[in-house]
Amino acid sequence: MTDALLATEDLTVRFGGHVAVDHVTCAFRPGEITAIVGPNGAGKTTYFNLISGQIPASEGRVLLAGEDIGGLSVAARTHRGIGRAFQLTNLFPGLSVLENVRLVIQSRRGMGFSLFSMADSHRELREAAEAVLARVRLADQASQKVAELSHGDQRKLEVALLIALEPRVYMFDEPTAGMAVDEAPVVLELIAGLAQDTGRTVLLVEHKMDVIARLADRIIVLHNGALAADGAPDEVIASDVVQEAYLGRAVQHG
Amino acid sequence: MSLGALISGDRPRSRLLAAALIAILIGLALAPFLFPGTRSVDTAARVCVFIVLVASYDLMLGYGGIVSFAHTMFFGMGAYGVALASVHLGRGFDALALGSLAGALAAALLAALIGLFSLRVRAIFFAMITLAVASAVAVLVSQLSALTGGEDGLSYRIPRALTAAAKYADGKVLGVRINGKLVNYYLVFTVSLILFMVLLRIVNSPFGRVLQAIRENDFRAEAIGYRVVAYRTAATCLSAVAAALAGATYAIWLRYVGPATTLNFEIMVDILLMVVIGGMGTMYGAVIGATLFVVAQNYLQTLLAAAGAALAPVPALPLLFNPDRWLLWLGVLFVLSVYFFPTGIVGRLRQRQ
Repeated sequence: MTDALLATEDLTVRFGGHVAVDHVTCAFRPGEITAIVGPNGAGKTTYFNLISGQIPASEGRVLLAGEDIGGLSVAARTHRGIGRAFQLTNLFPGLSVLENVRLVIQSRRGMGFSLFSMADSHRELREAAEAVLARVRLADQASQKVAELSHGDQRKLEVALLIALEPRVYMFDEPTAGMAVDEAPVVLELIAGLAQDTGRTVLLVEHKMDVIARLADRIIVLHNGALAADGAPDEVIASDVVQEAYLGRAVQHG
Repeated sequence: MSLGALISGDRPRSRLLAAALIAILIGLALAPFLFPGTRSVDTAARVCVFIVLVASYDLMLGYGGIVSFAHTMFFGMGAYGVALASVHLGRGFDALALGSLAGALAAALLAALIGLFSLRVRAIFFAMITLAVASAVAVLVSQLSALTGGEDGLSYRIPRALTAAAKYADGKVLGVRINGKLVNYYLVFTVSLILFMVLLRIVNSPFGRVLQAIRENDFRAEAIGYRVVAYRTAATCLSAVAAALAGATYAIWLRYVGPATTLNFEIMVDILLMVVIGGMGTMYGAVIGATLFVVAQNYLQTLLAAAGAALAPVPALPLLFNPDRWLLWLGVLFVLSVYFFPTGIVGRLRQRQ
C-alpha cells in the first residue's frame, strides 16, 4: 500500500504479561476518516499513544509517508505531522484561551526559541490563533483563562489545539464527549472538513454510533488489543464480531 | 523606545504595584542623594543585585516550574570569576570584564550539564542534583584555599576609577562626593536595571510563553511539538547566566568575595523567601520581595533597638524587641506575608485590581 499516509506494522505493546496492543497492521490513506471502535480496554487509546509516541512500542513499526517514526520523540513526531487531541481534557489551565492556541501556532512555525521579541508583538500568530478560535466558536472566550471555561468549551478548545497544529494525521479521542448537544455538530462539521484538505487523514476514537455513521469512511474494530474488523461502516457494524464484541454490550447498557 | 517596549508589555496591572515599582526605581536611581551614607548606599547596591538574582530565580521557578537549589552557586561563580581575574590579572577593567564573562560562561556550561543530565527525569531529581552539586562546590571552594582563599575569601583591588580615591568634582553636589564610589554605584544600578529588563523581556517572549506552557502541562507541551528538556535546560542556563552576572556585579561593588557573601546556603533560602514574598512568576515580585527583604535584613535591628528603647519602662517587652531578636521578627514577617498573601504581594495587589 504505497499510497498510505500512516501505517502501523505489527504494532505491539506489552505491559508486563498483558498485551495491550497486539500486532496491529493497518494503513490509513489520505482523505479518509477512520473510526476506531471497540469496548473499553480494547486498546484504542493505547494504539493512539503508540502512534503519537507517548508510549514506546514493544514491537512493530509506525510509518508516516513510508518513513519509520517509531524511534522519534513525541515533539519530533508532532513536527513530522502527527497531531493528537486527548480524551481527557489536557490543556494549559492557567493561560488564556487565545494563548493556548497561540502556543500551538508558535510551535508549528518553530518560534519557541525566540528569546528577545515580545510574544504579543507577533500579530500574525495572534491572528492565526483568533481564526482557529472563530472556527470552533470560542472567539468570545479568547481572553478568558482556560480554568474558568465550562467543560464543553474546554472540549472545544481541545479540538481547536489540534486544528491549529494543522498536522497530516489528525487523531481525535472522543472529541464530542461532554459537549453540549447543540455544540457537537459544529465540531463534527469541522472534523468532516479536515480530511478534505489534500494529504491529510483523520483517525477518530469514538463510541457514539451516530457520529461514526455520519463521519467515518471506514471503521476498524479493536478487540483485546487486536484488529478484529476493518471495512466500510455498514459492513462492519453488521458483522458478527462487532455485534458481539462491542454493540452487543452497548445495547445491553443502553 | 516606548515605555511598553521597555517593560516588554508586562503592565503592573495594579495601581498600587505601579506606584511601588516607580518608588523603588526612583529610590534606587537616586539612592546616593536621597539616602547618603555608606551603609544606606551599600544596602541600595545590595537591593539592586538581589533584584536581578531573585528575578533570574523566578524565571526558572515561577515561569519554568523548575526547583533549583544551586542558584547561589551560579551567583558565586560570577563573583569568584571577577575576584580570581582581579587577583591574577591585576586590577583593571579588562579583569572585571573577563572575570564576569568567564563566570557567566562557566555557570552556563554547568547549568547545561546539570540540566541535560537530570531534567529528563522527574523535577524532584533535578532539585536533588542541584542541591548535591551546590554543596559540593561550596565544600570545594572552602577547601581549595590556595585558589579561593577558603573561608576567608578573596580581597582584591578594582580600577581606581571605581573607588572613593577617584575624585571627579571638587566639594560636594547635594551633599554627596562625586567620586569613583558613586560611579561604582551607578555601574551596579545600570547593570542591574539592564539585566532586569532583559529578564522581563525573556519571560514575555515566545520562549517565556513556552516555559509557562511547560509549567502548566509539560505532557501537552511536548504533544504540541515543544521539546520540554531543551526548553527547561535553556531556561536553567539563562537563569544561571543572569545570576552569575549579578554575582560579578556584586563582587565589583564589594571588592571582596567569600562563601558567606555569595555561596552560603542561607542566601539560597533568602532567595526563595524573596520570590515567595514578592510573588512567583511575576518578575515584579522579585523587585518587591528583594527590596523589602534586604531592607528588613539591614534595618530591622536598628528598628528593634529603637522600639526596645521606647519600651524600656515596660517590663519584659524590651526583651522581645532586643536587636538580637531580629531573625525572629523576620520569621514572623515571613509567616504573616505567606499567610495573608499566598500568591505573593504582587499576586495580592493584582487581585484587588
